[in-house]
Amino acid sequence: MDWTISELDKWNDKIEELAQKLGLDYFPQEFEVCDYHDMLGYQSYVGMPSRYPHWSFGKSFEKQRTMYKHGVGGLAYEMVINTNPCLAYLMIDNPLSMQVLTMAHVYGHNDFFKNNINFSHTRPEFALEMFKRHAERVRSYVEMPSIGYSRVENILDAAHSISFHTDRNLRVKRLTEEEQKDEYYRNLNRSPDPWSHLKSKDFRHEQEFMPEPTEDLLGFIADNNKRLEPWEKDLLNIVKEETLYFMPQMETKIMNEGWASFWHFTILNRLNLPANMHMDFIRAHNQVIRPHIGGLNPYHIGYCIFTKLAGSDGHTIEYDINQQIFDVRTIDRDVSFLRRFLTEDLARELHLFEYQQKGSRVTVSEVSDEEGWESVRDTLLKNIGMNGIPCIKVKDINSRTNTLQLIHSYDDRELELNYVRKTMEHVYNLWSRNPVTLDTTIDGRDVKCTYRDENFTVEEN
Amino acid sequence: MAIFRDFSSQKRDRSASDRQRHKELVKKKIKEGIADIIAEEAIIGKNKNKVIKVPIKGIKEYRFIYGKNSKGAAQGTGNEEKGQVIQDGRGQPGQGVGQAGNRPGEDIYETEITIEEAVNMMFEDMELPDLDRKKYFQTEAETYRKYLGYQKKGVRARLSKRKTMKNRLKRKKILGSNLQEGESFPFHNDDLVYKRLVVDIQEHSNAVVFCLMDTSASMDQIKKYLARSFYFLLYSFLKNRYRNTEIVFVAHHTEAKEVTENEFFHKVESGGTMISSGYKKVLEIIEQRYNPAIWNIYAFHCSDGDNFSSDNRAAVEYAKQLTEVCNLFGYGEIKPNTSYSWSSMIDEFRKIEAENFISLKIRNKENIWPALKKFLTLDHSNSLLED
Repeated sequence: MDWTISELDKWNDKIEELAQKLGLDYFPQEFEVCDYHDMLGYQSYVGMPSRYPHWSFGKSFEKQRTMYKHGVGGLAYEMVINTNPCLAYLMIDNPLSMQVLTMAHVYGHNDFFKNNINFSHTRPEFALEMFKRHAERVRSYVEMPSIGYSRVENILDAAHSISFHTDRNLRVKRLTEEEQKDEYYRNLNRSPDPWSHLKSKDFRHEQEFMPEPTEDLLGFIADNNKRLEPWEKDLLNIVKEETLYFMPQMETKIMNEGWASFWHFTILNRLNLPANMHMDFIRAHNQVIRPHIGGLNPYHIGYCIFTKLAGSDGHTIEYDINQQIFDVRTIDRDVSFLRRFLTEDLARELHLFEYQQKGSRVTVSEVSDEEGWESVRDTLLKNIGMNGIPCIKVKDINSRTNTLQLIHSYDDRELELNYVRKTMEHVYNLWSRNPVTLDTTIDGRDVKCTYRDENFTVEEN
Repeated sequence: MAIFRDFSSQKRDRSASDRQRHKELVKKKIKEGIADIIAEEAIIGKNKNKVIKVPIKGIKEYRFIYGKNSKGAAQGTGNEEKGQVIQDGRGQPGQGVGQAGNRPGEDIYETEITIEEAVNMMFEDMELPDLDRKKYFQTEAETYRKYLGYQKKGVRARLSKRKTMKNRLKRKKILGSNLQEGESFPFHNDDLVYKRLVVDIQEHSNAVVFCLMDTSASMDQIKKYLARSFYFLLYSFLKNRYRNTEIVFVAHHTEAKEVTENEFFHKVESGGTMISSGYKKVLEIIEQRYNPAIWNIYAFHCSDGDNFSSDNRAAVEYAKQLTEVCNLFGYGEIKPNTSYSWSSMIDEFRKIEAENFISLKIRNKENIWPALKKFLTLDHSNSLLED
């Protein structure tokens, strides 16, 4: 350890002074020094010091530790969480130069959390409290003799399987069924049937109005399965709330890492580091933003775009910071960011290509040349953030058979059927073992997957 | 003005219980899949302490995901060309292009366990059926303790108060002094005498298991492999559970003989099949060495059922005799899906109506573990019997 806390404090003051001068706007910052074991722990709970118990967090820990042990990554350089005050972890084993870099990087994330519009619903001032309350509630169910660990685990297992199937984009206002109905009749320039509430739901198919399918499968089950006990509903809502908190981070991974990398580079170049520290910093920086051949390094891609937008070529250290980048960091998410700023030149520079797998063979299907780059970009857009997760909607409930009818918004990408089977089994359990169906497309044919009486079938529609 | 919190080693290990639960689930998973893992040819008959690396497909967290046929995007070196094959066959996990995108990779854990541990896990909940528990001795070694003689050193609980008291008085007398009534005088360390505890071990090696295998020419490589796998498991189980159980290996074709463990697992024989010869041999050995009044006898026979038809009657007859002296007699007919044979002993054996006789078919490696379970639990259901 070549540093003391008071030394870090001194460097922090310099970093903050620069950050403010350069226009960063961030929450108060707190740093906690931890060792690698703590860090693996924080990582497996997505940074949260308090999280409800579930084996998947233990799995995540073991997996990351195995990877770390075998030297294939697994350990974060830094970890910053979206809270106010903003909490970040510094690893005790890192040398001073690395700590300074990390601290500068942290202010980038902190600014991003505070200003990017996708985080506006996350209430960072209550985040730690929320996770703690969730953990306490889950523990209380575990300790309740009438419930117990395994029943809680079963519900959580199932809830996790569809955790991403909730409101995918909170910035798109979801209309309630009533609002949809009003709008429907307003558009028709007619009044809704005043007696509709007297008609049984069975007749809904004959009515003109049908509510839009909802993406919020998790919430739909919590709201509409009358047989769920209050604690089961609560668990579903806990999982949903936590997903909604984390989702913006998935949606802005490239931007957020690019933004933080851009700022640690900018700040450190202006810090007048001693020569040896500067060398270490450059080495570490290059390590962080190097391309991952055969994969995607969000740090690299985001960094390249932000440096370009700032008017730098990424190598010189003298550049004026363009106001545009602050607007971009506020209003975009990865998909819009890349759609707007990933140019042909950049795609070429990042050596982006598209691949396709057939059996065990992977082939390059498109490269970033004049004809191909847009196709490469579109494929990239399809695979990032929530776009990488199939869109499943609740179409309807057949009220006679109490069948939950789901529909997959097919976009030329097929679902993995074995995973469909196992996931539908979870949904079936959450739907109190009533039938569940899913419409999708396999081999170009419209099919209906059904989970009924412990049985999974796939039939052509 | 940031706040710094210094490192504290006092932190709680928060993930400990979640890791523990995950481990339990992994163990359960190994237990479910171990029959596959353990029946690999390479480990049959090998040193039980050999550490095998068992790749375990991690506990999957199922979600709706896209299939592998969809396209992905990745960063390359800039030298990629359209149509270029960048991965063929099974690539190394963690490397190569297949990792790109949001597709969850296969979680694979490597667990190093010994064969013994693996077998232990499989048999955790199983016991040999003790059919005549009351009639015969238990298989476990019986130990009891008794005091025999005295010694100078020992623990306080075994102090012989009477002897120690006598010693004290003797010492006083030797010193020549007269004892006064009510006079108190101290004990000396040399007075102390302890009772000697003798642990008497009475071992009753009163279970014997006969492993009987058909080694005729018709028992081809696959069949032998299946039979060996079966016996390997049975043998590991017995070694593991009953230290005092004797195991007798008998190999037969038209003739039968008692062989060593090594010969049993590795020797190749040829010729026709007379199943009765094997049974006769087992009956002989029982008569000579294992009195059924004292011994619990378990016999297992693996064969492809391809018997000389003239021998069938004798075989059934001897099998009946075996059921009379054995606690359990199991017949496993090795019939791989690929093989075709004219006759099947299992049809003959249907004539035998004994509670302690189980016959079943083993068609593939996956059947071995259920077969063994069916034997050991005396499961008379028809599973593993149908064609």
